[in-house]
Amino acid sequence: MKPINSMSLTFDSVPENEGFARSAAAGFLAQIDPTVEELCDIRTAVSEAVTNSIVHGYRTFPGKIRLNARIYPGRKIEITVSDRGCGIENIPQAMEPLFTTDPEGERSGLGFSVMQSFMDQIRVTSAPGKGTSVRMIRTLSAPETDPALQPERSSEEQL
Amino acid sequence: MSANGFETVCAGNSRCSISFSDQILNVRLSGEIDQSGAGTLREKIDRAAESCLPQTLLLDFSGVSFMDSSGIGLIMGRYRMMQTMGGELLVAGASPRILRLMQLGGLDRLPIFGAQSGAQFGA
Repeated sequence: MKPINSMSLTFDSVPENEGFARSAAAGFLAQIDPTVEELCDIRTAVSEAVTNSIVHGYRTFPGKIRLNARIYPGRKIEITVSDRGCGIENIPQAMEPLFTTDPEGERSGLGFSVMQSFMDQIRVTSAPGKGTSVRMIRTLSAPETDPALQPERSSEEQL
Repeated sequence: MSANGFETVCAGNSRCSISFSDQILNVRLSGEIDQSGAGTLREKIDRAAESCLPQTLLLDFSGVSFMDSSGIGLIMGRYRMMQTMGGELLVAGASPRILRLMQLGGLDRLPIFGAQSGAQFGA
């Protein structure tokens, strides 16, 4: 399926860009009028994915992180966060709740659990030494119609 | 930090104001808590707690507009610290969204939400 609209960003793997990444994703998706809840969920999922790239993917060397966002017909959105960091040797283990490679940093090990809870689908592809890509999909609810914006009914209809 | 002392700290996208009185170390958090600021918050809170040796560490989330799982790690670490010090951790003021994240992290099973914990988590 061809996206209606898409955007792509590349930025450095520094913690200051966590806030930038989630704000950029939210700003792009605002055009399809997600609910506040949906936007908060997506911002959180993006923040977790970008943090994983910074803390785990690039834990020994800095690099670039790429954020892709696509909007498809039917209010389906797809967000992909990818890096060229150290990669994940064991993806199922990495996705287990509370698993972390950084216990000293007080990471909760909940990054993938949060992404799974807040998005409809998540797919992780990774190769050791080559990097990781996290693809997240969610279908947004139909926009609420504001009664104040509906055309006024004619006097005949009202009768 | 001396008794009744007051300190404000900026940490990434978040801030915290720390004060101490009546054996309570009160930490008012605000802004967006993520990995970029969690380390600094952790360091400042721990330093204040080690200085004051409070009976209670109160983390007030009423000014927090966003939190990811970095905040869960922050709370878990402070819970363990207060246990080691023989005191207690209390968490207050979290929005329903942030409470949902805390629940996902299993924090609702810890005695850190005071008497209102059941109501907060919809029990």
